[in-house]
This record gives sequence, C-alpha cells and structure tokens, in this order.
Amino acid sequence: MTSPEIYSSTLPFYAVMVSLIAMPLILLSSRHVILREFWTLAASIAKFSLVFLLLPGALAGRVAGFTFWEISPGIALALKADQFGVFFALIASGLWILTSIYSIGYVRGLKEHKQTRYFASFAVCLSATIGIAFAANLLTFVFFYEILTIATYPLVIHKETKIAVSAGRKYLVYTLTAGVLLIAATAWTYRTAGTLDFRAGGLFGDASFSPAAITALFLLFLCGVGVKAAIMPLHSWLPAAMVAPTPVSALLHAVAVVKSGVFGVVRVVGFVFGPALMHQFDLNIFLATVAGATIILASLLAFRQDNLKHLLAYSTVGHLSYIVLGAALISPASLVGGLLHIANHATMKITLFFCAGAIYVRHHKEKISELDGIGRVMPWTMGAFTLAAIGLAGIPPVNGFISKWQLGLGSLQAGELLPLAVLVLSGLLNAGYFAPIIFRAFLKTPTVPYEQGEASPAMVIPLVITAVLSLLLGLDPDLFFHFHRLAVAVSGSILGGIGQ
Amino acid sequence: MMHNSPALVPLLFLGTAISLPVLAIKKTKAAYPVTIVASFGSIIISSHNIFRVLRNGPLTYHFGGWFPPIGIEYMLDPLSSFVALVVNVIAFFVLWHSRGIQEREIPGKSVPFYALALLYLCGANGIIVTGDLFNLYVFLEIFSLAGYGLIGIGEKQAPVASFRYLIMGTVGASFYLLGIGFLYIVTGSLNMADVRNILPHIHGNPAVTAALSLIFIGMGIKMAIFPLHGWLPDAYTYAPSTSSAMVAPIGTKIAAYVLIRILFFVFGVEFVSRSLPITDLIAWLSAIGILYGSVMAMAQNEMKRMLAYSSIAQIGYIGLGIGLANPLGYIGAVLHILNHAFMKGSLFLVAANLRRKTGRSDIAKLDASLRKKLPWTMAAFTVAALSMIGLPPTAGFFSKWYLALGAIDKGNWVFLAVILISSLLNAVYFFRILEKVYLIPPPQTTGEDLRPEARKGWGFLVGEETYSLMIPVVIVSFSLLLIGIGNATIVKEVIQRIIPLGM
Amino acid sequence: MTDFLLGHFVYWSIIALLIIGLYGMMFKNNMAKKLIGMIIFQVSIIMFYVASAVKWAATVPVLDPATGVADAAKYISPLQHCLMLTAIVVGVATSGVAFSLAILIHRNYKTLEESDLLEHMKSS
Repeated sequence: MTSPEIYSSTLPFYAVMVSLIAMPLILLSSRHVILREFWTLAASIAKFSLVFLLLPGALAGRVAGFTFWEISPGIALALKADQFGVFFALIASGLWILTSIYSIGYVRGLKEHKQTRYFASFAVCLSATIGIAFAANLLTFVFFYEILTIATYPLVIHKETKIAVSAGRKYLVYTLTAGVLLIAATAWTYRTAGTLDFRAGGLFGDASFSPAAITALFLLFLCGVGVKAAIMPLHSWLPAAMVAPTPVSALLHAVAVVKSGVFGVVRVVGFVFGPALMHQFDLNIFLATVAGATIILASLLAFRQDNLKHLLAYSTVGHLSYIVLGAALISPASLVGGLLHIANHATMKITLFFCAGAIYVRHHKEKISELDGIGRVMPWTMGAFTLAAIGLAGIPPVNGFISKWQLGLGSLQAGELLPLAVLVLSGLLNAGYFAPIIFRAFLKTPTVPYEQGEASPAMVIPLVITAVLSLLLGLDPDLFFHFHRLAVAVSGSILGGIGQ
Repeated sequence: MMHNSPALVPLLFLGTAISLPVLAIKKTKAAYPVTIVASFGSIIISSHNIFRVLRNGPLTYHFGGWFPPIGIEYMLDPLSSFVALVVNVIAFFVLWHSRGIQEREIPGKSVPFYALALLYLCGANGIIVTGDLFNLYVFLEIFSLAGYGLIGIGEKQAPVASFRYLIMGTVGASFYLLGIGFLYIVTGSLNMADVRNILPHIHGNPAVTAALSLIFIGMGIKMAIFPLHGWLPDAYTYAPSTSSAMVAPIGTKIAAYVLIRILFFVFGVEFVSRSLPITDLIAWLSAIGILYGSVMAMAQNEMKRMLAYSSIAQIGYIGLGIGLANPLGYIGAVLHILNHAFMKGSLFLVAANLRRKTGRSDIAKLDASLRKKLPWTMAAFTVAALSMIGLPPTAGFFSKWYLALGAIDKGNWVFLAVILISSLLNAVYFFRILEKVYLIPPPQTTGEDLRPEARKGWGFLVGEETYSLMIPVVIVSFSLLLIGIGNATIVKEVIQRIIPLGM
Repeated sequence: MTDFLLGHFVYWSIIALLIIGLYGMMFKNNMAKKLIGMIIFQVSIIMFYVASAVKWAATVPVLDPATGVADAAKYISPLQHCLMLTAIVVGVATSGVAFSLAILIHRNYKTLEESDLLEHMKSS
C-alpha cells in the first residue's frame, strides 16, 4: 500500500464553515420564514456538494489537508479529509439535506415556536459534525466535539417544557462530564506521545506503558467518547433526549451526535491506540465485552417500551454498539462491517424516526399501543418503516444485512464465536420488537378510525428516499458514494499501520 | 519620551487623579471624559510598550538618573508589559461602562469615584512596572487605599465591607513590608534584580525563609488564596456594581502578578520549589480554594456574591499554575490572568446591567423577560459563562488546557481532577442562570411591549436602551472568543518569552 | 538563654507589639479597637526597620560638620529611616481612610460593634 499524499486544500475548511456562515443569516431572517428555510437548504446542499468533491481524492488515497492556525504551541487546529473523515462527512451532510426538508414539513405541520433558534442550532451542529469528521488531531476533535455538545443543547430543550429542561440537564451532565474526561485523556496523551495527530495504526509509537496507566487512559477515552456513543452504562441521556422534536432525534440522535461518538471510538481504537496496543493490553477484549453487553441489554430494554421514540432510542443504543464491537474485534471484516454500519444504521434509523415524526405530526400519536391499523392510512410511511425494520433485523436485501454479515465474518476472523452469537441473538431481538409494530400497523383494526391520512409530502418524500436508499445500498454497497470501498480502505490503513 | 515610557502610565494616572478634583470643581460632568481620555491614553502607551519590549528586549527607566541598586528602577519585560496592557484595557471598558451606572448607584459622588479609579489604576500600573521592592509597597498601598475607597463609596453595607477589607488588606501589606525588611537586612538591597543576584550567596539563612513566608502570606491575603480570602465575598457583593467591576478583574490579579514576580524572579524557581517548597503549599491551598469557591458559588442566591466566590475559585487556578512551578503551569497561570480579567470583567458588567434594569441581581428572580429586555447583555453573559466552564473556542478552555498539561507534567493527578471537576461545578451554577434566563417564562406581562418587532433593530439584532452600557459588555465578552482562538499567538509571542529561569 | 532573650529584647518587644496589634484586630468586637490594633501593628513594623538601622556608637543620620561624611560607621543607616517616613505617611493615610469609613458606618448604623453590624448587613 502506498502511503497517502496530503495536499493542501480549502475544501475541508469550506465544508465546515458553510453552515457556520449560514447561522447568522438564519438569525437575521427570523421574520422571513421562506428566507430562513432557504438558507438552511442552501447550506445543506452546499455542504454536501463540498464533501462530495472530496470523495474522488479520498478514494484515490489523496488526503486534503487544511490548517486553521496554531491553537496551542505545537498543535494546530487542523482538518484532514482522510477516507474515514470523508465517509462520515458524506453520511452526515447527505442526511442533513433530507432532514432539512423533513424539518420544514415538521415545524410547519406543528406550527412550532422558536423555529429560528431551531434551524440556527442545526446549522452549527452540522458544522461541528463535519469538523469532528475532518479533525486531523485530537485537540481539533475535542474542540468540535464540545461545540457539538453546546450546539445540540438548544435543540434538546426546544419544547421548553419541564421534561425537556430536565432532559437537557441530564444531557449536559453526561456530555460535559464526558468532555472533561476527554480533555484529561487528550492532555495525558499529548504529554506521553508528544503528538496528537491521528495516525492510522496508532500514534503512540514506541512509548512504553504500565498496564495500569494504559488501562486508565483507555477508560478515560472510552468514557469521553462513550457517552455520545451511548455505550452502557453511559447511555441514559439518549432515551431522555427523545423529548426533542423528531427531526432532532432523527438527525442528531441517530446520525450526528451518536455517530460522532462511535466515530470517536473508532478513531481512538484505530488512530490513537492502534491494533498493536489494543491487543497487547487486552483492551479490545474489554471493549468487546462492554459492546456485546450493551447490544443485548439495549435490545431487551427496547421490548419494554411503549413510546415509539423510546423504543427507537434503545434500538439505537444497541446498534451503535455493533459499530463499537466491530472496532473492538479489530479484524479486516469487522472494521469494514462496523464502518458500513455507521452508514447503514444511519439510513435505516433516520427512516424510522422520520416515520415516527410523521405519525406524530399527522395523528398526534406517540405510543405503539395506539398505532393499530395505521399502516392502512399511512401506507408509504409504514411501508418505509417496514423496510427499515427489516434491515435493522439484519434480513437481506436491505443494507443492514451487509454490515451484519461483515461483522459476523470479522468475528470469525478474530477467532471469537461469542460476538457472532451476540449478533445473531440481537438480530432475533430486533425482529422481536419491530414485528409487533408492523403487525399492529397493518393487520389490526383501530378502535377509533383515523381522521387524517399521510403526512405532508415534505415529510413523506425524505423518508421514502432514505428507505429506498437503504434498499439500494443493500443491493450494492458501493452505490453512489463508494461506502464499501472507503470502509475497506480505512480498515486496511488501520490494520496495515500506514500513517495517514 | 521613548526612554521614559515605563514610568509614563503610572505618572499619567497620578497626574490625572490629582488634577481631576480641581478640573471638575465647576463642572462635575467633566470627570468622566477626563478619565476616559486618560485611560485610553494608557492603553496607547501600554500597547506601544509591549510592542517595543517584544521587539527590542526589556526597557528600563531609572528615576532621577540614579542607577540601581541605589536608585529606583522601572522595568518593562514581556510579563509586566503584558499584565499592564491587560489591566489598562479592562479598566478602560469598565470606565466606559461606568457612566450609566454610577449616576444611579452613587449619585453625586462621580468626581471622587473617578479620582479613586484613576488612583487605583496608578497604583496598579506602578506595581506592575516597578523593579524596586519598597517602591512596590508604596504603590501597593496607593492601590489598596484607592480600592478601599472604591468599595466603601457605596451605600449602607459598603463601608462595613470596605472596613473589614481594609483591616485584612493592611495586615497583608504590612506583612509584605516586614518581609522585604528581612530581605533588606540580609541582602542590603531593595532592587529586585540585585536581590536576585545576592540571594544564592546567602543560601540557608533563616531570614530569607522568614522573608519568603511573610511575603507569601501578605500577598496571599491580597490575592484571596484560601484560607486568607475572608474579605472578598462581602467586599465584592456590597460595593457599587461598577466598583466591583473595576476591582474584581484587576485587584487579585495584581497580587498574583506580585507573587509571580517575587517568587520566580527574585527568589528564583529553584529556591521556592525545591529548597523551601512553598510552591507546593500554594498549589494545595489553591486546589482547596478552587473547590471551596466553586461549591460556595453554587449555594448563592445573589449574582454578585456568586461571582465573588467564583473569583476565589478562579484565583485558585492562577495559584495552582504558580504552584506547579513548571513551564506549562506558568503559562496557564499568566494566560488565566488575562482570561479571568476579561471573564470576570464581563460578568460583573452584566450584573451591573441587570441591577440597573431590574433594580436587583437575585438569581431566583431571573426570568426570560430578560432575554428580551437585555438580549445583548445576556448573550455576553452566555459567552462569558461558556468561557468560565471551559468550553472551546472560548478563552477559558485554553487556560484549563495548559494547567491540565502542567499538572500531568508534575505527575499530580489530584490537581488534574480538581481542575476538571471545577469545570463541571462551574457548569452547574452558570447553567442554572442560563436556564432561568432563556427558559423560565416571566410571571406576568409587565405591560412593556417585548416583541422583537416593537423594538429598534432588525431580526435578532434588537438593541438595548443605552449603548454605553451595552457595547463595553459585548466587546469584553466577545473578546473571549478572540483570545481563545488566538491564544497560541499570545502564549508564543509573549508568555513563552518570559518563562523564569530554572523551569 | 538570657543572652538570647536580653540580647534581642528589641525584637522581642517588636514581636510583642505585633501580637498585641493582631490580637486587637482579630479578637476585638469594636471597629475602633480593631483600628487601634491595626495602627499598633503598623507601628511595630516601623520599629522593626528603625531598630535594624542602629549601629554601635553611631549618631543620628543628620550631617554633623564635625564628624564629616568620610566614615559611614559614625552614622546609623538613614535608608530605613527614609523608608519608614514613607511607611508612616502610608499609615496615616490608611488610618484616615479607616476613620472616615468608621464615621460613615456609625452614621448609617449607629453602632461600631462588629457583631451588630454583621447582623444588620445580613438583614438589609
């Protein structure tokens, strides 16, 4: 493998900044609804286009780098659009376009208040997410990670009810504590390794460690990124945050925030510690155990939920740990599977959340027990729901199957059978908690007939798109965005140990 | 003029302070413009000084042409010119802001107030610039007395708070005087650089140890290191809002600067951290102070009192940086002098605005009507709060970053934990206020038309009533973002140039 | 032992004054008494400096035409005296500020007892 060349380019910078520039424009247009929505859509399309422009280079192994300036003597605030970064950025920015369209339909449908704050915060969140994706070193990562925490807070407490405020508090307690631990871990790494630049295969070089020290450092990192990655027992903010409007839950808590967390986990495992260090101190066994336990427990907890969004939240917790498990197994296929699941779970989960939101806007129903027969009045919505649920259970031809297959393969490659068992069991549990919903929706008759039908096109079209995308990506993982190629390349760079 | 520049700022303030009561005999309204002009002049001179020093090296000025160690010497090196610039800039913004406040809070006393403020700044700049130990005492007393006056000029409880501060502060200054008396007896010199050269030769002399301890206790009282902080809460709470805004960002920082100067540049790093490990004591007391201040701040109901306890915690950071006695800790401490001056400056100015608008600054009574009445003030508060908590890209994150690195270098995990836990504690009491301001609806309609459409400005850019109250707060607060983003420049160009020998 | 005590009696009396001053400031309830304690405390430090200036068989640092300036050992060190002139002035200024504050306090609260004042401050 050739080591990648880094060329200097302003594309990553613009990709991060475009929505940050949109933020004040949105704030200024607080009285002009159309203008505000225009800025949001324009920013999202611009962002996605800029990231897409970086894709060919990344596939060819050329990495676009941009350095803002020094932010601490010896460490620069720097962006690097490597393959992993472009992979995550594509997912986040692409899904933002769809979420923006969906949001517009959602807030109009509910006549939500504080729309300006909502759209402005969204813009900043996406900026921070792309910043996380393209962060070239740990300090830049932490920088954008903390900005993401603060930018998501106004969205969590959007409804300004008592529950929303207390959910916001819980969110902050978890994420700020995690941020502080992450800063401690970063400082410790810097003083030990002398550098914070992400390097595929690990950045510690030849530094030697005592087992206690490395385990403590790993735990600090894990708690730091693990809160956003909803690893148990750090996950309880996620169900609480479901009080936010559904587009927020969809994009942020199924795509941006939580995927930033697992992105961080993979960065830590693959680009900070590296496979060698992980194996040497059995850190991967610890991580795999935690991930496996999270998968099973979360799936079991999902059964008990009557509130649809809470069920989806627990399902998210479980599926995020698929990715963590993939990182923990550190084998070629497991890494590919874990990375693909970042994309696949995103498309599937966002579909499910979009459906939940559509149901809420149109019929004001949140509980599963109240959804009898809704499939007949909302065929498109529930059809998409079914497709996504099938994928999450790991049934072909939806894309969920592909990532699960790779993860299973990776488990065998690592010589472990237990993760394979966990994956199979979890698939059954997924089917177990989704099936009743689908069954109810299509086969039961409602006690009170529904007055409305489908939600507005602004909401239905995005969810159909994401559902169909899930199906298409299941048939050809490399369609459109070459996710599979990117995942294989990232996996190879981590295991091959070539600095990137 | 060039070679006089170290002495210019203290003399400028002194001259203006003395002539102000005379100039303003007929027109008391003249006090404010004269003060602002003097303050702005000091910024120009200080900026000029710092650029010259960074380019050409230290500047010295010998009073009366007498050479040290016989004469009094004023010395500008990167550290002193940096601190001088910080103090003068913050003072300018506070003074600019004071016009609207002091009419309401201390009516009829504007001339004494501005004269005292000018004397205060004269003292502050003199302390920073001087290279003579006794001259430092003189300016310290000018500074302190003006401070007591600024605090005591208020109503009712202010004189009591000021009196208690006076007693404790005089003890502090007197201990300092006693300390330099010991130093003079054993070294025969009062010039800082000279004493620095002589001290290694009288290694082991108990008088030196006594001197160090006395100076530390003296400056510790002035700096409000735990447990010598007792004067601070009352003094900051009961003083008029604009006096608090003046004293809080500057007062304790000057004392911290004196401690840095004397510990590291007179006694030397080797002596204070290895022979007589007073830096360890400072570090531990500061760590306790950080936790104590943060916890007490959470329990307060009134904003100024909460900010006072928060100041004790923040001074703890600077003390911790000093106590770590390594380059990164030192960088963190000096950077935090800058950061805290701006953070506390903006927070106290916000409290002043709140008081002016609603007549009180009780936390329990805050509600979302403030978001509409004082949108820019609350935005400034939000930025300052984020900086206090230590979130990027604000300045507060970076001082904690350097202090964390310094603590790891020292191998002291307790200090690292203290720094990080205090961030979370800060988050508790700041988010409590932010929640109230942005989320709790006002109890009933006040009759005021609070809709954005009804007020001047467009979109979110609705202005507040008085620009001289709004603009300084906003500038100081948003500078925190600039300082944060540009902190590497500040560290590399200024602070790293003046790391004490031996670190 | 007696040599240690008697030989340094100046310093012991300075320490005594210091402690009396501190005692007054810390343990007396009346503000005026605290002030007196503070003044005593400052005086003790002034005495310390002055005592350190003394030399054997030397006279006051005022130029005596008979003695001349050639031999510095004939005059006690004037530097500390100059420094203490400044310190005395500072002490006077501090006392002045303190007294005016005390007058203000008395005008507002009609009492100078610290315990009563703290009660009043908390209630208002």
